[in-house]
Amino acid sequence: MSARGVVLAGVGGQGVVLASAVLAEAALQSDFEVKQSEVHGMAQRGGAVVSHIRYGETVASPVVPLASADVLAAFEWAEALRWMPYLAPRGALVVDARRIVPPGACKDHRTWGVPYPAMDAATVADRAADVLLIDATGIAAGLGNPKAANSVVMGAVSRFLDIADVAWEKAITRFVPPGTEELNIAAFHAGQEAGSVRPEDIPDLGLDPIEERNYRIQVDHSWCKDCGICPTVCPEFCLAMDHAHRLVVVDEAACIGCRLCEALCPDFAIRISVGEPAAMSGGAS
Amino acid sequence: MTTLSVRADRALLSGNEAIARGAWEAGVHVAAAYPGTPSTETLQALAGYDEVDSRWATNEKVAVDVALGASLGGARAFAAMKHVGLNVAADTFMTASYVGVGGGLVIMVADDPGMHSSQNEQDTRLYARLGLVPLLEPSDSAEAKDYTKLAFDVSEEFDTPVLLRSTTRISHNRGIVPLETRREVAVRGFRRDPAKYVMLPAYARGRHPVILERLERLAGYAGDLAAEEGTDGRVGIVTAGVPYQYVKEVAPDLRILKLGMTYPIPIERIRRFAETVDRLVVVEELEPFLEEALLAAGLDVVGKAFFPRTGELSPDLVRDGLAALGVADPRPPVPDAPTTVTRPPLMCPGCPHMVPYWSIKRLGATVTGDIGCYTLAALEPLATMDTCISMGASIGMASGMAASGGSDEPVVATIGDSTFLHGGVPALMEAVYNDANMTVVILDNGTTAMTGGQEHPGTGTTLAGEKARAVDIPALCRAVGVEDLHVVDPYDVSATLRAIEQAMAYRGTSVVITHRPCVEAPLRVKDRPFEVVPDNCTACQLCMNLGCPAIVWTDEVFEGRRKVTIDAAMCTGCTLCAQLCPPRAIVPVEVQA
Repeated sequence: MSARGVVLAGVGGQGVVLASAVLAEAALQSDFEVKQSEVHGMAQRGGAVVSHIRYGETVASPVVPLASADVLAAFEWAEALRWMPYLAPRGALVVDARRIVPPGACKDHRTWGVPYPAMDAATVADRAADVLLIDATGIAAGLGNPKAANSVVMGAVSRFLDIADVAWEKAITRFVPPGTEELNIAAFHAGQEAGSVRPEDIPDLGLDPIEERNYRIQVDHSWCKDCGICPTVCPEFCLAMDHAHRLVVVDEAACIGCRLCEALCPDFAIRISVGEPAAMSGGAS
Repeated sequence: MTTLSVRADRALLSGNEAIARGAWEAGVHVAAAYPGTPSTETLQALAGYDEVDSRWATNEKVAVDVALGASLGGARAFAAMKHVGLNVAADTFMTASYVGVGGGLVIMVADDPGMHSSQNEQDTRLYARLGLVPLLEPSDSAEAKDYTKLAFDVSEEFDTPVLLRSTTRISHNRGIVPLETRREVAVRGFRRDPAKYVMLPAYARGRHPVILERLERLAGYAGDLAAEEGTDGRVGIVTAGVPYQYVKEVAPDLRILKLGMTYPIPIERIRRFAETVDRLVVVEELEPFLEEALLAAGLDVVGKAFFPRTGELSPDLVRDGLAALGVADPRPPVPDAPTTVTRPPLMCPGCPHMVPYWSIKRLGATVTGDIGCYTLAALEPLATMDTCISMGASIGMASGMAASGGSDEPVVATIGDSTFLHGGVPALMEAVYNDANMTVVILDNGTTAMTGGQEHPGTGTTLAGEKARAVDIPALCRAVGVEDLHVVDPYDVSATLRAIEQAMAYRGTSVVITHRPCVEAPLRVKDRPFEVVPDNCTACQLCMNLGCPAIVWTDEVFEGRRKVTIDAAMCTGCTLCAQLCPPRAIVPVEVQA
């Protein structure tokens, strides 16, 4: 047979590397040639993590070619979408139906929306022969520890691979933290039985864009004594002290209306109001 | 990483682990390195073998100095580094070529095509040519072990240091490796030989012709090491390393000449191979190293016209090139990934580097940065780094930036403890010596964090886990003449802000040392987590300025802004967001009785 390819994807800290070690070991236990490839370093800190595993009679490339993975397994929905180009049209997609919002995506201070993709099975339906959207984290939590979600996912993955249960169990026992072997093997078997969940049953994130607002920052310089408190607290760096240590409004358009400056000003010298930013505000007046 | 194995005679090893195993089997005695992705795990794996004196060196040059000294002492010696590490070690490396070896000397260099975690993608093969030193290129884990052993033999047979070139796809790829036993090699002892080891001009002149003659013989060796395979001679592929695997994947029947030693290039061997194929093609990652040499030798050859010069190759890119050459099917069209959210790397929850950068951003400065986790401060929301070039460059660059007068704001260099000891100390001396008006912030987290938490001379422990004398960084700064020195806990927001403000106001070279252990190493810090009381949160976003990955938006909106929540599983209890929160909406999670 030609080499089989599996792509495992998730978020740094989810255990992608551990899961790929389990699969590589299980393939090795089955007397296959195995190559496994991953990237460490900067990419792993809270970022997207991906690992490629290939096994068979002979394996040349350690990297799965595009559109040729037999299984793409993702521990998170957005990561499943990211690596879709690796999945063969005849392949299987296994996804833990959970969403991890990247903190770096919480930055649009105009619309306050997070561009997280909708969990919609139609997005992937025509790109895989099988799609298994499972509640792996929920199943693992039901067994006693949500961290065993990886083993649930790998159980689901095993349905599409020619590796015997005994090899998987040995591999799991070898790599999971001591004391969690039974839990993880139970999670693995639960994954082999897990049915698909319906995306519409999973609550929406509620992080769609909301109404945009603009704010005016009005400084009454006759009251301001240039104490420097407000520039220290302004989260958006709208305010600053100039070289003469005078308060200036440097970026009114960035104001999000938090009113920290207004609330903390000892002299009641700042007023924030909803409205179009004035062309003339701040600076020496 | 844990070593996988099922039978005692084979194991599933990463390239780095395989190279370590190969060095051990070859009887290596002394090994030195400075951590650098993707090479780091090699020395960590070697440290697991009791017979080897494995150690972290202060930087790559010192590592090569140590290895060369051990070699001249008659021991088998090994040094490991990432590609840019060889720039640091280049001074010793270049003349080590003239000197030759006592015991075998192997220098492993891991390139990073595609720059997964590097600042450039230089091609180490060019250093082999510059130094006139042989270079071996394995194509998978099993070969990584074999070539490491071969490298020691080549080193001793030809009296030369040997470069062993890995890449990220070798170092961080696991494959099955047959295991053999260690061959004990006796330490030969140092033999005094000034004409060979003291490179005075008169002696060095005598060595250069010896090196060139050595290279002639090595080219013959490289030819013998090359292996031919395949039957389809429409094209003949000359390749090495992981690109060989991609060619085998895409077009297993093509005629291939696989090189094991890519410098010196076995031109005559390749010329004979060329005569057996219709068209000669080079498939190589990064620079057209082989291609240009073959063109210069008068061979009709193509390469970079079909395979990219930048980034990593892949089975898909190799297929594209072979398809354009008419010897492989083009890849089927692959639809793009559905639109998804970007997920950039972040600092860790509780990272002690957050507040120093938050403070510098508050105060306003031109910031020369350095190499480490804290380079992430260049990204939103901290976005407080204006340059990042090479290990230790921040301090010298700050000195030059200050001298230029071109910065309207104070000039601040930021550098981690391990990077400071690696390459920052000479630059700090320069700054103080020339009275540069600048501030150095030394982010001392007591480890080499970016590469996974390795020991260094400031940590008080060695690679072997033994206690060592620790460099006293404040005393070191005073010793080089720093007068305005602040040591502060970066978990104290106001103290950190104030210390950096005072240092920036000082006329001259000031230093702030922010001192607090990394949350990941040597111990994983996990204190009582904090939570947001939603009713008290005014959604002001001040906590979001820290860039802590445990804090994200919720679906609750207050006055048109999103409130935040803390992931208790990620929160380390560092208190930083709580210190910043104006309405005191962030509080410790109640402990269940």
